[in-house]
Amino acid sequence: MSMSSADTLKTKKRADKAARTGTKPGRAARGASRGSRTRRAWDRGNEKLLDTLRSIGFLGPSVTGVAVFFIIPFLVVVWYSVIRSPIKPEFVGLENFKNVLSNATFRTAAKNTIQFSVVAVPLAVVLSLVLALMLECRIPCKSLLRTFFLSPMMVPVASVVLIWQVVFHYNGTLNEVLSVFGVERIDWLKSSYSQVVLIILFLWKNLGYNMILFMAALNNIPKELLEVADVEGASPVHKLFNIKLRYLSPTILFVTILSLINSFKVFREIFLLVGAYPFEDIYMLQHFMNNTFSSQDPQKMSAAAVLMALVMVGLIALLFKVEDIFGKDVEG
Amino acid sequence: MRKPHYLARTVLTIIAACFALAFLMPTVLTITNSFMTQSEISANYGQVFTNVAGKDGKTYISDTVNLKFIPDKVTFSQYITVLIKSPDYLFKFWNSVILVIPIVLLQLAVASITAYGFTRWRGKVRNFLFFFYVILMLMPYQVTLVPNYLVSDWLKILDTRWAIIFPGMFAPFSVFLLTKSMRRIPGSLIEAAKLDGSTEWQIFKDICLPQCRSALYSIAILVFIDYWNMVEQPIVLLRDAAKQPLSVYLSTINTSEVGLAFAIATIYMVPCLLLFLHGEDYLVEGIAHQGSVKG
Repeated sequence: MSMSSADTLKTKKRADKAARTGTKPGRAARGASRGSRTRRAWDRGNEKLLDTLRSIGFLGPSVTGVAVFFIIPFLVVVWYSVIRSPIKPEFVGLENFKNVLSNATFRTAAKNTIQFSVVAVPLAVVLSLVLALMLECRIPCKSLLRTFFLSPMMVPVASVVLIWQVVFHYNGTLNEVLSVFGVERIDWLKSSYSQVVLIILFLWKNLGYNMILFMAALNNIPKELLEVADVEGASPVHKLFNIKLRYLSPTILFVTILSLINSFKVFREIFLLVGAYPFEDIYMLQHFMNNTFSSQDPQKMSAAAVLMALVMVGLIALLFKVEDIFGKDVEG
Repeated sequence: MRKPHYLARTVLTIIAACFALAFLMPTVLTITNSFMTQSEISANYGQVFTNVAGKDGKTYISDTVNLKFIPDKVTFSQYITVLIKSPDYLFKFWNSVILVIPIVLLQLAVASITAYGFTRWRGKVRNFLFFFYVILMLMPYQVTLVPNYLVSDWLKILDTRWAIIFPGMFAPFSVFLLTKSMRRIPGSLIEAAKLDGSTEWQIFKDICLPQCRSALYSIAILVFIDYWNMVEQPIVLLRDAAKQPLSVYLSTINTSEVGLAFAIATIYMVPCLLLFLHGEDYLVEGIAHQGSVKG
């Protein structure tokens, strides 16, 4: 059973590849229309130069802007992170980094941020996939439900926060409901559950969009493949793991990246919920940065920014590697 | 699976519907609560908002909190205050508009040109650049905050709208998404146009842009929603309260005006809602085919 459906997958892929190469007659046609070999070589050289010039033309504006607004100032930040102070520019090596890393607040913030992302991002991916699979099952009013799931994207953050406060306040709705069942009241945002509250908020905001990305990807899975699997008598679980998930793997990666970006944006909500100095468990790296920013300590701030950037680069490199391994399998 | 499993399907439907309603709840609450009088709001939520954000600790009568969906008496008093009595809010709304619209338009313009560049030419330099854009896109705002602040300071645009518009214009997020969707345009189409003697600019304008229409639209929606709700950037780069957008102002609203906050939030939601209802299908379609991360 498993053999047969793996085989169909392979045949399908081969057919895809053939179709893809077949639709690119352009290059061959151009080669044939050219004259002698020297002429062709000269043309090629010329074309290469022109191509470079054109690409500079198209990429130029953006690259300039990115350089002016992000890269050059970031280099200055890197410079700040290895000197004693802007007034006394004396090279101190890694001293600033050591200071930051031994800073208790920074450590708490880093721990909280990592903890939050490690829990929230996979949850956002898995739950939205489950929702998408659920809505796939020929449920009535599918598009209405889809709109409902997307609605959190529209609500202004500040007003969401009002409602979140009502729900999770010490005298709030959740506690009212729980007290009926005899559960003791907790001040959710100032308890060890505060991260859970944040994760719920994060999921509420992001699941909908992730879900429609998955739904669209599920739609793109070739129907014949699933039908063949049906005919061969593959079980739903088998179809899910051996066909659907494999075709979804690029989307899974994409959704992971989007969720990762959004997990850093949760600072916005925390800031509006509980201000710049929240309960210890939800004091994120972003709070650390903001608060250091207002306390005018460029060295600490720069070192922290550089550290964060380094971690991000590492993480992205890892994601790219992962894609290399899994992405090759089913491209497109 | 061909056979309809009625029981399973009903259960699934119920679960999905429950989830969907839970997702919808805050939106509905915001809208219905905006039609309540301030006294009704205070009676319902007074307890919660007495000590929010360390503001003045006013005490309210009721000590139980209940989320209320349907107002006792539908009133437009909050809206009248927002729209007619105090023009302050409308000014803030206008601030948001003149901040966000330029960012969306400029970012899309820059991004589509760049995305074309990334689609048409390959090579080591290009791959490195693209990798760099992806990294930049993933950077939390707090990393780019210091660089942004430094540049604004150098260019003397701190506390002006440009301090937010310029970095927004070059944000790599839409470059990334657009490159992905332009990659999906069949190469044969471009080659054919080239053989017909089209210049690169014509190919870009007449072939690539129309092909990416739904992607452009969906990216515009995403970027709009993101910047419409921005809080971090204005706090740091636009400290002049008169120029701050409504999203920031909404968060600093006095605790005794929670009722107003709901009305403002509802008004603030309208542009997103319209964009959304109009473009929901694009949103699905445009970003659906994202494929690999590397581009």
